Amino acid sequence: MIGIEHYVAVSSILFVLGVLGIFLNRKNIIIILMAIELILLAVSLNMVAFSHYLHDLVGQIFSMFILTVAAGESAVGLAILVIYFRGRGTIAVDDVNQMKG
Amino acid sequence: MSWAVSLRLLAAEDLLSVWGLVLLLVSAWAPAKGRAITWAAVGVLFAAIALVWPNVSTGLSGADASAFYAQLSVDAFASYAKVLIYGAAAVSLMVAPAFFERNGGYRAEYPVLMLFAALGMGLMVSATDMMTLYIGLEMNSLAAYVMAAMLRTDGRSAEAGLKYFVLGALASGILLFGMSLTYGFTGGTGFGAIAKALAAGTSLSMGATFGIVFMMAGLAFKISAVPFHMWTPDVYEGAPTPVTTFFATAPKVAAMGLTMRVCLMAFGGQVAAWQQIVMFASIASIVVGALGAIGQGNIKRLMAYSSINNVGFILVGLAAATTDGSAAMLTYLAIYVVMSLCGFVVVLSLRDADGKSVESIADLAGLSRTKPGLAAALATVMFSLAGIPPLFGFWGKFVVFQAAVAAGLLPLAVIGIAASVIGAFYYLKVVKVMYFDEPADKVTGEVGSLNAVLLIVTGLFISPLGYLLTGWLGALARGAAVALTKAV
Repeated sequence: MIGIEHYVAVSSILFVLGVLGIFLNRKNIIIILMAIELILLAVSLNMVAFSHYLHDLVGQIFSMFILTVAAGESAVGLAILVIYFRGRGTIAVDDVNQMKG
Repeated sequence: MSWAVSLRLLAAEDLLSVWGLVLLLVSAWAPAKGRAITWAAVGVLFAAIALVWPNVSTGLSGADASAFYAQLSVDAFASYAKVLIYGAAAVSLMVAPAFFERNGGYRAEYPVLMLFAALGMGLMVSATDMMTLYIGLEMNSLAAYVMAAMLRTDGRSAEAGLKYFVLGALASGILLFGMSLTYGFTGGTGFGAIAKALAAGTSLSMGATFGIVFMMAGLAFKISAVPFHMWTPDVYEGAPTPVTTFFATAPKVAAMGLTMRVCLMAFGGQVAAWQQIVMFASIASIVVGALGAIGQGNIKRLMAYSSINNVGFILVGLAAATTDGSAAMLTYLAIYVVMSLCGFVVVLSLRDADGKSVESIADLAGLSRTKPGLAAALATVMFSLAGIPPLFGFWGKFVVFQAAVAAGLLPLAVIGIAASVIGAFYYLKVVKVMYFDEPADKVTGEVGSLNAVLLIVTGLFISPLGYLLTGWLGALARGAAVALTKAV
């Protein structure tokens, strides 16, 4: 029988993968956007699983809000990335270092 | 509670959202009318202040202030924060057109984004449910990411936008993960339900502890407290100066208000679970803010470290976890917002003969000769930020440390005061460069009448004359802090 703890374990693993994806990835900013998406989906999974476990609909409504905001967030992120690429001609993570200190 | 009552309670936010949409349409059809749209937006923000002001002075709290089935609360606490937020947003909007017109064109979308960001921050400080908290936070953040990247031809601005976006999205993700765990282990998303499940004396489950820790980490990102401060200097330096003015003031108040409500209301029964985190973040922010600023050559970067430092002082009040502590934080926030506004208006006014912005501290040498007024204003801000007595900045630090000592946190207060001496070093260095270094005479551009008026108003507030307001400001902050602890 798959219980709540399995869901929490899976979503925690997805969350950690997402965070590692942001910090370990040195290649491409698009991968960071994918990692952010992974984090938000991990949270959504958690919310739905808890919602079912608690017999409470609020968690599922919350996950719908998360999905909507995630869509908006990707749109804004990609738009900023396009501006950045126009100015620099690269989207490699290691090149995002014009300011330091 | 009917919808009509809820909508009436949120009159200021209704106004902001409706006018935000109207001005969005206007900006789409008349993109050349940027200045007119800006002044309309400033008017809307002042109207919003007028609408929330009665709630501050009457100390609205509890069930009377609760709207939309306890999703939002427009109590005196939220309204006090909103006055600061809308005021700071209005000031940073007023100074924007002139700056952008000198640097590659003003876009009519900017005031609209500012209105939506202000609306999001209004929801953040009003939120009494994790769902409204998240929506408000994202509404503010999404607008802020775009504003940071507003100067599309400037590589630094785009880079600031990108960094802010990636780290902001990560922070939201961490906060959300904390919220999902809190929801799962307390069984509710409303702060009232969470407070009931985590009431004083109940034992804290492992999952709920993780939830609290993740939420605190996400919130620390948003208020740029150490160890989650690394984005602040880059974003403050790269973003256009009016946007930096905005970032240093309004979102700080909103995120701090949010943190206070989450800590004291939702997790109010489990002070021991978050008090040590707050104490660590507070001391670390004060020290890192003070040490990091020493080697900086860019005035905007210096102000970024100064803001990290100030967040540390404000968190001292939260670590006290008392009504006095909250009132002290609110007083400090008001003074901090005016100090930052004054400082950034000076930075905006620093221009060379061609009208280009001067950001390097070394170029300020001899400012006391070319622009004695600006030099005096910047010196006032620096002395005030350092907390040197006759100026009003001292009062904020005084009330915060008083609250910490009253709550028995003497070691925290001692370390904080010792570290503020390190901070004084770099603030005074700026004063020294302006008054005593070999003049470079770089800054010779016009200040402009709007900037001059703003400088006089904010400068008078942080001057020793500000002490005339201590009683009034203290009473308002106390009313707001009491409303926070009384909330349902």
